[in-house]
Amino acid sequence: MHIPDGFINAGTSLAAGVASAGGVGVCLKRAAATMEEKQAPLAGLVAAFVFAAQMLNFPVALGTSGHLLGGVLATVLVGPWAGAICIALVLFVQALFFADGGLSALGLNVLNMALIGGLGGFVVFRGIRGVLPRTRSMVVAASAVAAGVSVVLASIGFFVEYAIGGVGDVSLGAMFAATVGVHVLIGIGEAVITGLTVSAVLAVRPDLVYGARDLLPRLEIRPSEPVGRN
Amino acid sequence: MDRKTLLLFIAGGLIVALGLAFFVSPLASSSPDGLERVAIDQGFAGTADEHAAADGPLADYGVKGVEDEGLSTGIAGVIGVAVTFGLGMILFGLLRAARARRTEPASDA
Repeated sequence: MHIPDGFINAGTSLAAGVASAGGVGVCLKRAAATMEEKQAPLAGLVAAFVFAAQMLNFPVALGTSGHLLGGVLATVLVGPWAGAICIALVLFVQALFFADGGLSALGLNVLNMALIGGLGGFVVFRGIRGVLPRTRSMVVAASAVAAGVSVVLASIGFFVEYAIGGVGDVSLGAMFAATVGVHVLIGIGEAVITGLTVSAVLAVRPDLVYGARDLLPRLEIRPSEPVGRN
Repeated sequence: MDRKTLLLFIAGGLIVALGLAFFVSPLASSSPDGLERVAIDQGFAGTADEHAAADGPLADYGVKGVEDEGLSTGIAGVIGVAVTFGLGMILFGLLRAARARRTEPASDA
């Protein structure tokens, strides 16, 4: 899912870069306003985990593979703002040190995977949760389905960018069908990995799952006992 | 919030990530991914430019100079996990500190 340099022209790449910089800027601002103490190390871990998981390409069809994008996983675990930043950070490290994803295409890749896949996927997750019963297993189900959808959304992002600024001469209809078709298959893998991971964290530390916060027992707030005043 | 179990959780999660990167990533499929497949089938794969960091020490998830392919991938993965975690801790620590400054402005005299 990483676009290399050369697929999409400079103007479109630049426009995506500006949009992504703005989007990540908003995420940084919102994360700085809401980040809780326990969320900071968890977000670091989520970014590291997504880096590792993105290396694990699984076969999806004859001669094709896919890997986790992690947008919904990250945003469900640490919230939309920090989660999108996690994905952008992974893409930055990959483009800078691992020659994965073009440097001029970094804005396109952040737009597709962090903003569309992450923030957009989180909106899908919230929408699905809204119509399901409020239980932990429904959080897992909603995150899995949203994860699958997020991969298709990210791939449509790539298609639109290619339709606007692609350098090759392609039939857009055929390309759309091919792009969405293969990413539906990859989305199934994304759904499975995201569901298993969210379910594992819910089993160990449910308080660390941002997307399941509403299920935690409410803390009772009452005046503290007077100490040493007699 | 019990800091100790949080630290245990972070340490455990990091071990899982490092384990995936070192032991499992060499076994991953090396077939083209979905986007590369589309580029090949639609006939524009050849327009890709060589990456500016293609000769870098970690290019394409391999460590330059390590002959064994599996080991090279595994070590590159471990470095990537460590670098991402380190940068993440710095970045998110700064964001956390930014909020702490905003909410507790009178804490330091």
